[in-house]
Amino acid sequence: MPERTVSVGSTSGLHARPAAIFVAAAAAQPVAVSVRRPGGRPVPARSMLSVLSLGATHGTEVILAAEGDGAEAALDALADLLRCNLDEEPADV
Amino acid sequence: MSERLTGIGVSAGLVAGPLLRVAPAPRLPEPAAVTDVQAELARASAALAAVAAELRRRADAARRPEAAEILQAQAMMAEDPLLNETIADAIRGGRDAAHAIADAFAEHRRAFQAAGGYLAERVTDLDDIRDRAVAASLGRPMPGIPAPGHPYVLAARDLAPADTADLDPEQVLALVTEAGGPTSHTAILARALGLPAVVSCAGALSVPEGTVVRVDGSSGEVLTDADEALVTATRAAAAARRDRDTRSQGPGRTSDGHEVKLLVNIGSAAQLRGDGAAGAEGVGLFRTELLFLDRSTAPGLDEQARAYAEVFAAMSGRPVVIRTLDAGADKPLPFLDQAGEPNPALGVRGLRVARRRPEVLRTQLEAIDLAAQRTGADVRVMAPMVATAAEAHEFATIARAAGLSNVGVMVEVPAAALRARQLLDQVDFLSIGTNDLSQYVFAADRQCGDLAELLDPWQPALLQLIAACATAGGAAGKPVGVCGEAAADPLLAVVLAGLGVTSLSMSPRALAPVRATLAAHTLADCARLARLALAAEDAEQARATVRSEARPVPD
Repeated sequence: MPERTVSVGSTSGLHARPAAIFVAAAAAQPVAVSVRRPGGRPVPARSMLSVLSLGATHGTEVILAAEGDGAEAALDALADLLRCNLDEEPADV
Repeated sequence: MSERLTGIGVSAGLVAGPLLRVAPAPRLPEPAAVTDVQAELARASAALAAVAAELRRRADAARRPEAAEILQAQAMMAEDPLLNETIADAIRGGRDAAHAIADAFAEHRRAFQAAGGYLAERVTDLDDIRDRAVAASLGRPMPGIPAPGHPYVLAARDLAPADTADLDPEQVLALVTEAGGPTSHTAILARALGLPAVVSCAGALSVPEGTVVRVDGSSGEVLTDADEALVTATRAAAAARRDRDTRSQGPGRTSDGHEVKLLVNIGSAAQLRGDGAAGAEGVGLFRTELLFLDRSTAPGLDEQARAYAEVFAAMSGRPVVIRTLDAGADKPLPFLDQAGEPNPALGVRGLRVARRRPEVLRTQLEAIDLAAQRTGADVRVMAPMVATAAEAHEFATIARAAGLSNVGVMVEVPAAALRARQLLDQVDFLSIGTNDLSQYVFAADRQCGDLAELLDPWQPALLQLIAACATAGGAAGKPVGVCGEAAADPLLAVVLAGLGVTSLSMSPRALAPVRATLAAHTLADCARLARLALAAEDAEQARATVRSEARPVPD
C-alpha cells in the first residue's frame, strides 16, 4: 500500500486549527486515507477525534497510507499539508 | 397576560428582552428498548448534526479568531464519521440513541485522557459536545448558556463560575436567578460586568422561553410579557443612560478634586475598541495569558512583542500596566507541564513558575521592553503571586535588567499585604488583586459557589489588608492601585479611595458609574465611608451602612 512518512510541521502540533485543516482536506480526497504513528494503529484521517487522539506534536512522525485510484496524489497533497506550519497563517488579532 | 415577579435587585439597571434559560446537563434516562431502528438512527444523526450546526453558528458569531477556530474544531468532532458509525453500530445492536451517543463519547474520552497533556485538557470540550448531543437526542434544550445570536435575559436557578466563563456581556442583557442572594456569584459577576441582575426571584424558571420580560435590577422586579410600548420605553431609557455614560469622560476625581486614576482591565487590544475604554486614563491590568492559551509551546519574542505593541499603541500615551504571565491554578498552560499538583491554587503559579522556567519570564520581559521601545509608550510591568519582599526584589532585578524602569508587584497573597512597606522598598508600585486576595485571606476557593459570601469584596478583613497597603503606599509616596472586582462596584470604589488607594482598574463598562459616584463625594466623605466599612461587623453590614450614608449620585 502506498505510504508517506512525514513529520508534523505545525508549531502547535496536530491540534485544533492544524487538525481541522488536515481532517477537512482528508475528507475531500477521493480515497480513504489512514494515518498512524510508527508502530501504532492506523486511524481514518477524516476522523477528527481519531486524528486528535494521535497526540502528534511538532516534529512527531506520522505515516499516511491509502490505496486505489488517486491514492498517490491524495497522499502527496496531505503530506505537503502536514509538513507546513498550519499555525502560521496571517494572525488577525 | 403580564405577570410581576419579585426578587432581590443586586445590580442596578433597567432592560427588556426575551428570557432564555440555562438548561442543565441532561441526565440519561433508563435505557429504552429500541423498536424502530431506523427512527433511532435518524434521531442520533439529527442530534449530532444539530450540535455541529450550533457550534458552527457560534464559530461564525465569535469575535476572536482563536475562539472561532476552537468552535470549528469542536463542530468537526460532532460530525466525526467514525463517531457516527460507532453510534449507528450500537443502535443496530439494540442501544437507544442517547445511550449509544454517551457510550461512543466515553470511548474517545478515555483515548483523550490516556494521551494526556493538551488532549486531556480537551476532555471538557468533549463532555460538552456529548451533553449537547444527548440532550438533542432526548428532545431537550441544549445545556449551558444559550447563544441565540441576539441579546437576551439569562434565567437560571443559580449561576456557578463554571457556567459563566463564556458568558458574553454583549449578548446577555440581564441575569435573573431563582436562588442566590446579594453575595452569590451571580450578583458579584453582574456587578463586575455592569449587568442588571435580580436574584431569589421565585417563578423565573416557569416563564416560557422567549417571553419578553422587563428586568429592574434596582427594585428587583421582573415583569413578564412586557408590551411593545414598555419595551420601547425601556430601550430608550437604556440608550439614554449609555449615552450619558459615553459623555461621562475625564479623569477620576472626588468632588473636591482629589485624583483617583480610573483604569481598565484588558486581555487583548480587541477589548480597547469598545466605547467604554475610550474614557480610561490608562490600562491598570493587561493580562497576558490569552497569548499563551491553547499552545503547546510558548509564543516567541517577536510574536509577544507584536501583541503587546498593539495594546501599547492603542493607548496612545496613556500608561499601561502589563502583568507577566499568571499561569497555574485555574489557568493551567499545556507547555508549562504543571499537571499533578494536588492543590494548584497553592502551587507553582504566577511568578513562582519562573523558579522552574526562568526563560519564559525573561523572554516575556524582553518582549515587553521591545514593544515599549517600538511604541514609545508609558509601560509599567508587574508580577502576579508575589509573597515576599525577596521575591519582589528578584522580579524587580530581572525586569530592570530587561530595560524596564517602572516595576511593581501584585498583592494577592496576605503575606505580601502584611509586608507592603518592605515590598515598596523594592518596587515602584503595588496593585491589589482583590479576587485572589479574598481567596487566600478567607481560604475560600474562588470557584466554589457555596462560599460566595466569604469572597464578598466588602468583607472588613479584606478592606483592612487593602488599608494596610494603601497606608504603606502613602508613607512611601508610591502608588497603590486596586484591580479586580472590588474596583468595579461604585460604592466600594468610594471606600477604596477613602482608604488611600490611588487608582482603580475595572472592566471598561464599569468606568462611567464609578466615575460618577466618585465625583459625588469629597475626599473627607470617602474617608468617613471607609472608616464605617472598616468598623462594620461583616460584609453585609459594611455594604448597607455605606449605601445608606453615601451621597446620592445625580442622574
